[in-house]
Amino acid sequence: MTHMTKSRWRSNPFPRWFAGISGQTLLFKSITTLVLAAGAGIIMIPFLYLLSTSVKDRDQLRQSPPLLIPIAATTVEINGQDEPLYQVTVDGQSREMALIKNRPGGKGLFIDPATPDQTHELVIAQQTPLRHLEIHWENYPEALRQMKFNKLLINTLLVTFLGMAGMLFSCSLVAYGFSRFRAPWLNVLFILLLSTIMLPSQVRLLPTYVLFNKLGWVDTLLPLIVPQFFANAYDVFLLRQFFMTIPLELDDAAKIDGASPLQILAYIILPQARPALIAVAIFHFLYAWNDFYEPLIYLHSPEHWTLAVGLQTFNALYAVNTNYIMAASVVMILPPIILYFLAQRIFTQGVVFTGIKG
Amino acid sequence: MQPSLESPRLSLARRESLWAYAFIAPWTIGFIIFTIGPMLASLFFSFTEYDIVSAPKWIGLRNYINLIHDQLFWHSLGVTFKYAVIALPLGLVVSYMIAVLLNQKISGINIWRTVYFVPSVIAGVAVALLWGRIFDPKFGILNPFLAQFGIKGPGWLSDPQWAVPALVIMSLWSVGGNVIIYLAGLQGVPTDLYDAAKVDGATAWQRFRHVTLPMTTPVIFYNLILGLIGTFQYFTEVYVLTNGSGNPARATLFYNLYLYQNAFKYFHMGYASTMAWVLFIIVLGITLLIFRSSDTWVYYEGQLRGR
Repeated sequence: MTHMTKSRWRSNPFPRWFAGISGQTLLFKSITTLVLAAGAGIIMIPFLYLLSTSVKDRDQLRQSPPLLIPIAATTVEINGQDEPLYQVTVDGQSREMALIKNRPGGKGLFIDPATPDQTHELVIAQQTPLRHLEIHWENYPEALRQMKFNKLLINTLLVTFLGMAGMLFSCSLVAYGFSRFRAPWLNVLFILLLSTIMLPSQVRLLPTYVLFNKLGWVDTLLPLIVPQFFANAYDVFLLRQFFMTIPLELDDAAKIDGASPLQILAYIILPQARPALIAVAIFHFLYAWNDFYEPLIYLHSPEHWTLAVGLQTFNALYAVNTNYIMAASVVMILPPIILYFLAQRIFTQGVVFTGIKG
Repeated sequence: MQPSLESPRLSLARRESLWAYAFIAPWTIGFIIFTIGPMLASLFFSFTEYDIVSAPKWIGLRNYINLIHDQLFWHSLGVTFKYAVIALPLGLVVSYMIAVLLNQKISGINIWRTVYFVPSVIAGVAVALLWGRIFDPKFGILNPFLAQFGIKGPGWLSDPQWAVPALVIMSLWSVGGNVIIYLAGLQGVPTDLYDAAKVDGATAWQRFRHVTLPMTTPVIFYNLILGLIGTFQYFTEVYVLTNGSGNPARATLFYNLYLYQNAFKYFHMGYASTMAWVLFIIVLGITLLIFRSSDTWVYYEGQLRGR
């Protein structure tokens, strides 16, 4: 018996967990993994490029084609000038030498920094230029200082979190109204609410601008915050769908105890709906943080700009400083990415909830 | 005396409706102030000449007539359609394929999913700036990459022929949002359907073609409609990459960008409102067409029970 198992074990070159997987499935899975890995590479390369560009200095930026790793030519100071260092082969010996002068025929004059008097004339193409990793972290504070990041951040946080408070408050009330009560025309109103998702925003944008202009709110943060207090279709829909899954018995028990509808909302529904509230809060954060169109039209003076508008203007003015612009971009995308990693499950579930249950 | 919500004189049903209306009031008020009101106002503006400073002046259909003779209007509509015709189907197919791959039972699948979803949470100015640099013919990474395969890359965003394709490539990078929705749709397909198909001897392709695909048509439909609306709102990327100009040679003058220029650069609010309403009607028309066509290709599970 032992003998048999042993020999059978030997005849199977794969570890035991492969047992039962046919060769075809294995091939299929390998191909899938390969394709996914290739796609993941395509997705990650821009991020890598963004990061590396953000820590390059001006000379490194001018490398063409660009390098995905921020490296720079190693130089050595000779007679007060920085000369590029090469790994050269002289008389069968490998040595580090500086290129001090180009000569016709693709040749160059090399010297050993230790013995500067002795020159060697060598073919440049046959020598390897020395490079080293050179990371300019100082780009980050410099970029943030130049674009007045702190002011932009405060504005963005104000818009994001005040708007979020307004959205959570109003959408909870409205979703509660649509999920727990019967009233004439309520279904019609709900369909009307949903249909606004499909409305192109342009058709209401201009008069809204005129209205805020009349109120004297243009060039303040108010047009970006106040409308959030009047609920929106996406978040109401998601919350309402979630509220519907909370058992009615809980409401009834509270009603018998004499709770008012407001109390039921506050003490029964909202605590139960925490995952959904977190999901809409995350979506709102991403929306407000990335939003560009409305901040662009409403915020005119630099002290009121949000990060999105500030970053765009920073680029329009100083496009040559790509390293600073990329550094600022990294800072701008960091909060959404961190948030995404922290709340990945809630995030994807929320998308699914709004996406499918309709 | 007004009966208050707690008044015993109100019947139970009456009281319930009043509570309902009270709770949805934030939306109802907002709907009137920020949706219906502005929609009617912009319809009115579309028949006027209006620069915000002076009062709107009624000019009848002149904005609409001017629009028909405005070459830039047709051009921007063409740019938008061109983008929609390439980006929309391509995006739907690519994200569907990614979702199918991400739905396989492979070890480490959660890591792959995470990677594929990341770009969709950072859409906006920073992403546009990054891609602007990637497309740069001299310092970007795309053309050197293509050169490895012996392809001489075009000038992308500086080439009128290649500017829109460049934007399409950029949009494909962030299809993650669609992928999540497709993935949920794929996971919602009942496994007993697959089992039944297997028993009947269906191949993997046949199972995909006759089970997976029909069962996920509602999700495809959903992504199609939202993608269409999104395309006609396309703005941030092209504004950031061209500093609001729509260049080179107006090759990226999208409809929404041209509308923005009219409204907030030249302050032709009346004309821009006309553009907004024409856009609204176009989008509504296409959406209705897709909705009507959906009878023939979108399959709802409810139909199964009906039979």
